[in-house]
Amino acid sequence: MTELASKQRPKRPEFRNINALSDLPTYRLPPAGWVSILHRISGFIMFLLMPFIIWMFDTSISSEISFEKFKAAFNIGMLGLPGFLWKLAALALIWAYLHHFIAGLRHLWMDVSHAAVSKEFGQSSALFTLAASIILTLVLGAKVFGLY
Amino acid sequence: MAINYGSKRIVVGAHYGLRDWLAQRITAALMALFTVLLLVQVIVGKGPIGYDKWAGIFSSQWMKTLTFVVIVALLYHVWVGMRDIWMDYIKPASIKLVLNVFTIVWLVACAGWGIQVLWRL
Repeated sequence: MTELASKQRPKRPEFRNINALSDLPTYRLPPAGWVSILHRISGFIMFLLMPFIIWMFDTSISSEISFEKFKAAFNIGMLGLPGFLWKLAALALIWAYLHHFIAGLRHLWMDVSHAAVSKEFGQSSALFTLAASIILTLVLGAKVFGLY
Repeated sequence: MAINYGSKRIVVGAHYGLRDWLAQRITAALMALFTVLLLVQVIVGKGPIGYDKWAGIFSSQWMKTLTFVVIVALLYHVWVGMRDIWMDYIKPASIKLVLNVFTIVWLVACAGWGIQVLWRL
């Protein structure tokens, strides 16, 4: 009561337009918000790296000679860049695809199920999406870098 | 759909939105199924995957045809998604137009390359 009645309550911040530099670093998002923005970012990454994806498809499948070139790019390097950087690019794509895929299934499920459109499911499925995509990326990343 | 010509034509509003929204979901479902199908073929059979097995997956006519459909689906899916991004974050119409044109050129070029790889196998 006293707290509500007192006049010294700090003014709550008001956002008319979000500034990327001054507001975003302190802007706290719920898990569903993180899934949402990462869905965009992962889609954008795959859009930008699309030529790399098709290059991988091309060289890995066209002939046995090109298949060796494909392997060499990751093991030795290509275009003056060392192999581990190409592996890192592939791993970025792996994460982007996994996140986009799982978040997309979450979206589709929410589109067809009224029961799924709740605060609780939004929260739990968002946490699942974040965790599953990161864990699978780590597992596959260990494979890409030859840890097992 | 209502008759959309003559003096009563609807000229404003995002009435085209439902079609793209639906198309994005249908293409997403198609690509998700394709992903599972491809993963199953990669995982089935033991040993590390070499050139023969990998190229063999795409050698059958039905797989080529399906991959072709998925490339077209991907093209449309990414177009809707990228247009959403430019619409949300880019305000000046001139820059938005340039980015939209760039997106179309980029996507058609990539799809063409992908289909070329597929067809010569």
